[in-house]
Amino acid sequence: MDYTAPPPETTRPARRSGGREGSSLWLMYAILLLFALVILFSFWIIISVSLTSTAELRYGFRILPPRFSLEAYQYTFANMKGIWNAYGVSAVYALLGTLLAVAVMSAFAYALSRPRFQARRGLTFYVFFTMLFSGGLTPSYILIKQYLKLYDTIWVLILPGLVNCWHVMMLRTTMQSLPSSLYDSARIDGASEYRVFVSVALPLSAPALATVAFMGLLGRWNDWYTPMIYITKNSLFPIQYLLQRMLNNIQEAMNMIEFSPFASSVDVSKLPRENLRMAMMVITIFPMMLVFPLFQRFFIRGITVGSMKG
Amino acid sequence: MTAIRRAIRAPNKAARRNISENAQLWTLALPAVIQLFVFSYLPIFGVVLAFKKFNVTKGIMGSAWVGLENFRFYFTSLDASRTLRNTLTMNALFIAIGTVCSIALALALFEAPKRGHVKFFQTVFVLPHLVSWVVVSYIAYTLLQPTSGLINGMIKRLGGTAIQWYTQPKYWPAILVCFSVWKGVGMSSLYYYGSLMGVDEEIFEAARLDGAGRLQIAWHVSLPFLVPTITVLTILSIGGIFRADFGLFYNVTMNNGMLYPTTDVIDTYIYRALMKVGNIGMSSAVGLFQSLVGMALVLATNAIVRRIDADRALI
Repeated sequence: MDYTAPPPETTRPARRSGGREGSSLWLMYAILLLFALVILFSFWIIISVSLTSTAELRYGFRILPPRFSLEAYQYTFANMKGIWNAYGVSAVYALLGTLLAVAVMSAFAYALSRPRFQARRGLTFYVFFTMLFSGGLTPSYILIKQYLKLYDTIWVLILPGLVNCWHVMMLRTTMQSLPSSLYDSARIDGASEYRVFVSVALPLSAPALATVAFMGLLGRWNDWYTPMIYITKNSLFPIQYLLQRMLNNIQEAMNMIEFSPFASSVDVSKLPRENLRMAMMVITIFPMMLVFPLFQRFFIRGITVGSMKG
Repeated sequence: MTAIRRAIRAPNKAARRNISENAQLWTLALPAVIQLFVFSYLPIFGVVLAFKKFNVTKGIMGSAWVGLENFRFYFTSLDASRTLRNTLTMNALFIAIGTVCSIALALALFEAPKRGHVKFFQTVFVLPHLVSWVVVSYIAYTLLQPTSGLINGMIKRLGGTAIQWYTQPKYWPAILVCFSVWKGVGMSSLYYYGSLMGVDEEIFEAARLDGAGRLQIAWHVSLPFLVPTITVLTILSIGGIFRADFGLFYNVTMNNGMLYPTTDVIDTYIYRALMKVGNIGMSSAVGLFQSLVGMALVLATNAIVRRIDADRALI
């Protein structure tokens, strides 16, 4: 009953390198290293600014801070209540949203994968059509704001993006490709469709589910667009949206600071500036970089095996 | 009597089982079906807004019809030519430059002899895909900020005068191409690398025995194998040429109005028409126009792809 196929290789076997063509090998490595360094450098400069002290910021950003200072991080951890709230909103959005999405989409995908389901073709078209044509931003906005009354609630983050058609199709293809004998034997044993779904289809499509879950987490954690359109309440700002506003508006950063009773005596020029924003950015990127290795196996394999359609 | 009844019931048993099976499958499908109906299909009916002068108190149905007025307003404005031109030319640049860069990276990655190195590059190349456009806008800000940004810092150290990046539209096509490449190329190079992995290793072995060098193999063996994938992916991305990446154009430019001559695209225009101007009729009209042309392009490009490689077609 164990159906896990041997994992496809994501790199090919090592090859002996001929000494004669060392120079072209260098060219290949130069291209790869250049791009890799550009990527790492881009992330580094954010980190570098976040490690610069406020006093030294006025000399401009540096590739290497004159001396490493944790001031911005200390300040964030001590004073920025707003950012932790936004962090919480993002966590709820990402976790709850992904959990619901995977449940709803995998159940749908399972139904679509069953040959005996009579509505299968009709519903497949129903999904495809939404990928082809959409009403656009404005009708959705009017619908959600005027009619559904989801504006400024956590549900506007979770519900509209719940079903991703690409992910449904990917899950459906995976479930279809499982040997039908597995389903049939379970059905002969008298198991209901629910049971077959939960105890046969789900466990066997674990890699696809992991990929969809990771992409769901990533998309929701990184989402600034939905809140930009539908959220105006400070307490419901997810982290990315907060940071987006902060880049454009230093005032926003100050609103997030819990002022002392002597708020008026706070010297605005002493408030941490870009280093603080960059520190918050680093703290925001962190969770996804942390989660990525867990999913990397499935993720890179999914791309490398090149399942455009599956 | 019971025997007859049983005989009648027997074939029905399978049918009944089939009905209950279908009912169960329907309940599994239902949440998603309802979600799609509410959030994807209801807005499609909302496109009537494009032909109305929307009034909140009267609702969609009660608002007055204005025919094609909303479309006329957009197409006769200067914004139409600007947004259409920027959307099409910037997307064309992204597709052309992005494709060339991803192929170069994929070919180089394929020639890298050490497995550990390949894994390292794969991981690094995926990183830009893991972050949002907001993160990219922070990186851009660190580089381009006029007084303390790294690039102006370097220009000043070399004796030049600082450039006001965020107010000069002429630099932005190049800047946007750089960030688009930065964010997308690593990922798409992995797709190309994936299709190279599918090529029979013996072919490369044979080329090597014939004395071909790495560059020759990359150019004369690997690249020809990539051509079908390149063709299909390029055609598919041309299908999306009418849709701009809102995050790139909005965040990296910090939505700066002075840059609109080169950075305003259809999607940012629709957003502003709705959220800043509050012209619901016109923003729906432009949205509908974009959806229709977008659909036509996707269908057309798909028809072409189906002829080349049926497995890659979406429909």
